[in-house]
Amino acid sequence: MSDLFRVTRLTKEFSVHGSVLDLLFAGGRKSVVHAVDEVSFEIREGEVLGLAGESGSGKSTTGRLLLRLIEPTSGSIEYRGRDLRHISRREMESLRRKLQVVFQDPNSSLSPRMSVGQAIGHPLAIHGLGSAGERRDRVLEVMVRIGLTPAGFLYRKYPHQLSGGQCQRVVLARALVTGPEFIVADEPIAMADVSVRALILELMKRLKEEFNLTYLFITHDLATAKYLCDRIAIMYLGRIVELGSREELFARPHHPYTRALLDAVPVPDPDQRRTREVVRGEIPSAIQPPAGCHFHPRCPFAMPKCREARPPLKEIAPGHLSACLLD
Amino acid sequence: MTETASIEPILRIQDLSIAYPIAIGTVRAVEKASLELSDGEALGLVGESGCGKSTLGLSILRLVRPPGRITAGRILYHGRDILAMKENEVRRLRGRAITMAFQNPLTSLNPLYRIDRQFLETIHVHEPAAGRAEALARAQRVLSELGVEPRRLAEYPHQLSGGMRQRVMLALGLVMDPDILVADEPTTALDVIVEAGFIDLLNRLRRDLNLSILLITHNLGMVAQVADRIAVMYAGKIIEVGSAQEVFHHPLHPYTHGLIHCVPNIRLDQEKLATMGGSPPDLVEPPRGCRFHPRCPHAMDICRREEPRFAPPRGAAPLAGSAVAAGPTSPAAAAPAAAVHRVACWLHGGGA
Repeated sequence: MSDLFRVTRLTKEFSVHGSVLDLLFAGGRKSVVHAVDEVSFEIREGEVLGLAGESGSGKSTTGRLLLRLIEPTSGSIEYRGRDLRHISRREMESLRRKLQVVFQDPNSSLSPRMSVGQAIGHPLAIHGLGSAGERRDRVLEVMVRIGLTPAGFLYRKYPHQLSGGQCQRVVLARALVTGPEFIVADEPIAMADVSVRALILELMKRLKEEFNLTYLFITHDLATAKYLCDRIAIMYLGRIVELGSREELFARPHHPYTRALLDAVPVPDPDQRRTREVVRGEIPSAIQPPAGCHFHPRCPFAMPKCREARPPLKEIAPGHLSACLLD
Repeated sequence: MTETASIEPILRIQDLSIAYPIAIGTVRAVEKASLELSDGEALGLVGESGCGKSTLGLSILRLVRPPGRITAGRILYHGRDILAMKENEVRRLRGRAITMAFQNPLTSLNPLYRIDRQFLETIHVHEPAAGRAEALARAQRVLSELGVEPRRLAEYPHQLSGGMRQRVMLALGLVMDPDILVADEPTTALDVIVEAGFIDLLNRLRRDLNLSILLITHNLGMVAQVADRIAVMYAGKIIEVGSAQEVFHHPLHPYTHGLIHCVPNIRLDQEKLATMGGSPPDLVEPPRGCRFHPRCPHAMDICRREEPRFAPPRGAAPLAGSAVAAGPTSPAAAAPAAAVHRVACWLHGGGA
């Protein structure tokens, strides 16, 4: 498998303005949040790479950076060998046909004033692809393949007339209509009901095969990541702390944070109740994260040197990387 | 009453119906729901959004907001009907005998008051005679029980992290030492590890305070980690009740079966998740017969015509193929009436 994306030392800082009082008395000093902090990984063609972590881990920011929906502070993003940071705006616009995104909440991703047909056909109109009639045919074709049927009937409906599952299908259809090869799916099932989640996951699995897609699947739910992803990167406070194949990561989790996360997942089986208590504490503020390994204040194995330097992401088994001084 | 006092559950909901009138008709949010909560038990009430589980939870303390209205039924707390009580009697129950924990602690805590003031106010409402020092000591005791340092009493809600707020809100609910906690999606706003900490906390509270818990959630993982028994709601109806083991390993209702099998389980290597076609019905004009029949893969003629009664299954043959290899099921030998597996489905006799 060749690499579709190669991301190197990708960093995004956001400046946080203090209150008016800070401005007056602290000389207007701004603080900086390292939302994404020198993250490196590659996405192989045809795989589902999972980006998992708790809120504030930087997983969504990473997804947006990849599509240049926001601009990185530093680092490079190579797509098929070309650095996306150094291509023209016009070229980027035409690349967007190939690189699509699906967000968490279908309701806020769909305009209430656009019919299903208009919404799905919108990207085609923006990119000036085909005549009105051809666009309509393409929209109907994608609707059928995605299970939005009867397509002719639903074409004229508006989002408020659809169920939650249908809305999420419309969002997926809109992402697929331009024939992309890569989709960033940012918590696409987080807002959906339990039964709708399964439908969307199954659909995404099928579409991936049918349309030869590569996914970056962003989720806070490790059970879902295990179900859908080929490889998974675990993020904590802007950094990747562990990355490995599904088989490796779940069978032999290395980083203490990964292990804490895995322990915490509530298993839907009353015969498998957790007996150990979970790690204490919560994710610290990203404005002043702990020095050294960000996880050390909560880590049951922390050593003095964990407070000093950032542990490098090292290969501990073929294809399995972990950023921990214990390794 | 036919039961003796010793087996009377602490909370008994009987044939409860709740309706919301809207422009085009009446939403029958809850219809003829019956549930029992035993002393010290954790009962999970699960279902998808719009099934009526939150409305049912609110009705226990008569908190259903108008135009919503409880149209029928009884809610017996230690044998006394809450629905027949005077308003000031119900107010005395709230927080003292029965307490509620909601999804978003920020909407339950007053942002303008320090935490200590919120405790003092709660205690003062129920016990006007209690002195300030005594009240604060009690607040400290409950907070440290829940793993919150007493110094937090001097802080405002915005100074606390999400998990901490959730604990403070729970502590406020528990300071009057209630018998029953109704928790409605208490961890939805929390991260995985914090949620796990909250689950540990609920399990500890049950042991230490002998608290009875009604846990309302769509999160099957959480309910599996906490509940002794599980009730499943669909379209305003309770369609199945049984021990957590029975409901997860031998679900009877096709909807329960679908629900249990459509959830990714981190301990398994799942090839495919079960999927259910269609979506829940309109509660203004729900389908005739069994409300699940338009989506049910096993629907028969009778399912479309007649509503199944809620009763123990006839013949008791659970649906084939459980998600998880069935573990040892708890012996139901000496179980009280409340522990019997019951279902509303024609596949299991329909109560006929």
